[in-house]
Amino acid sequence: MAAEKSYDDATKAADAASGGMPQFAIETWSGQIFWLFLSFGVMYFILSRFILPKIGQGLTDRGDRIADDLDEASRMQQQATQAEADYERALADAKAKAHNISETTRKSIDEELTAEAEASEDLFARKQAEADARIRKIKTAALGKIDDVAADTVGEIIAKIGGMKASAASVKSAISRVKG
Amino acid sequence: MANDPMQQFEIKKIFDLPKIAGQDISFTNSSLWMVLAALGVVVFFALTAKGKLIPGRMQSLGEMSHEFIANMLKDTTGPEAIKFFPYIFGIFFFILFANLFGMNPYAFTSTSHLAVSASLALFTIGLVVVAGIWKNGFKWFKIFAPAGLPLPMYILIIPIEIISFLSRPVTLAVRLFANMTAGHVMLKIFAIFIAFLMGSGGWKIFAAIGPIIGTAAIVALEFLVAGLQAFVFAILTCVYLNDVYHVDH
Repeated sequence: MAAEKSYDDATKAADAASGGMPQFAIETWSGQIFWLFLSFGVMYFILSRFILPKIGQGLTDRGDRIADDLDEASRMQQQATQAEADYERALADAKAKAHNISETTRKSIDEELTAEAEASEDLFARKQAEADARIRKIKTAALGKIDDVAADTVGEIIAKIGGMKASAASVKSAISRVKG
Repeated sequence: MANDPMQQFEIKKIFDLPKIAGQDISFTNSSLWMVLAALGVVVFFALTAKGKLIPGRMQSLGEMSHEFIANMLKDTTGPEAIKFFPYIFGIFFFILFANLFGMNPYAFTSTSHLAVSASLALFTIGLVVVAGIWKNGFKWFKIFAPAGLPLPMYILIIPIEIISFLSRPVTLAVRLFANMTAGHVMLKIFAIFIAFLMGSGGWKIFAAIGPIIGTAAIVALEFLVAGLQAFVFAILTCVYLNDVYHVDH
């Protein structure tokens, strides 16, 4: 940039005085400081008012959205867990009910069988008792007739062999003596 | 191209402006490159501030920069210092853009001038002092007298603390200005050496390969320094802002 004019002659003199370092040419400082504060100030104003809040807002929004999505996901997971627990409980209930029904059925069948068996036993016992009683009666009747038949037979035998008639009463008493 | 490596730092008027309070505020090459740096920052981040839910490349860059500076401030100073976020952001990117623009051939590196780096440093320290007194009242001056020391120690500690505090703007200013100046001087010297060898003719033309490689290496180094110095200035500002919030350190 040789075409550009040097700052001014005084600057050059000052440069020479400061050992050739333009940084120490003090008369250029005010201009540099002025433009630094102007450019930095305007930049700071625009950054802090408009640009940085917008970038920050974008970051916050995304963070919020991610947090919301995570909340939603955990809510749905909770629902899924709840649904699973409900299902498990329903299944357990159904199992218990089924078990109950089978138990009840088994019990009622058992009772029925027992009742039938008891009824049959009663009937059998009654029939046996009846039969027993009849047998006893017949036996008694038969035994009672045996004496008469025996007396008759003995009377007949005596009449045939001895030629004499024995009264039925005496024969009977004689038999009962022999038997006794 | 003159053979003076300091010529590149010369301030040249582009157009005159009326003097304000006797001070010459004419628009110079330094003013031009500071305005361009500020404009560069504003345009770049205006392009990134789209606020879309799913960011594109530009928006990602803007958001990465935002988070980078915000995390630096939060980690070094604390979440309560978020008020200073735009200032740190501005300092970092203004210095970065001024340094990087200064790397272009024919460009002027406004940060290589002590007036600029010292103004930024003094403004930063002034901000720490004003914010510290604003927030803590005169208790803020306790930063020069750390609690829990035996009484005689304070005779030694208080002057040391005051000197160390006062040296902060000096080191801030000199670090930036000296780094940028030294880098550009070194580049210029190597470049002048190349021109000298090429102009000498004969076998010396081939010897120019040495300073060419050297220049390339220094250009790479200078890009690193440009970023590093902006970062150092910004992070030291964060460190100094600690004194606003943590008086009992």
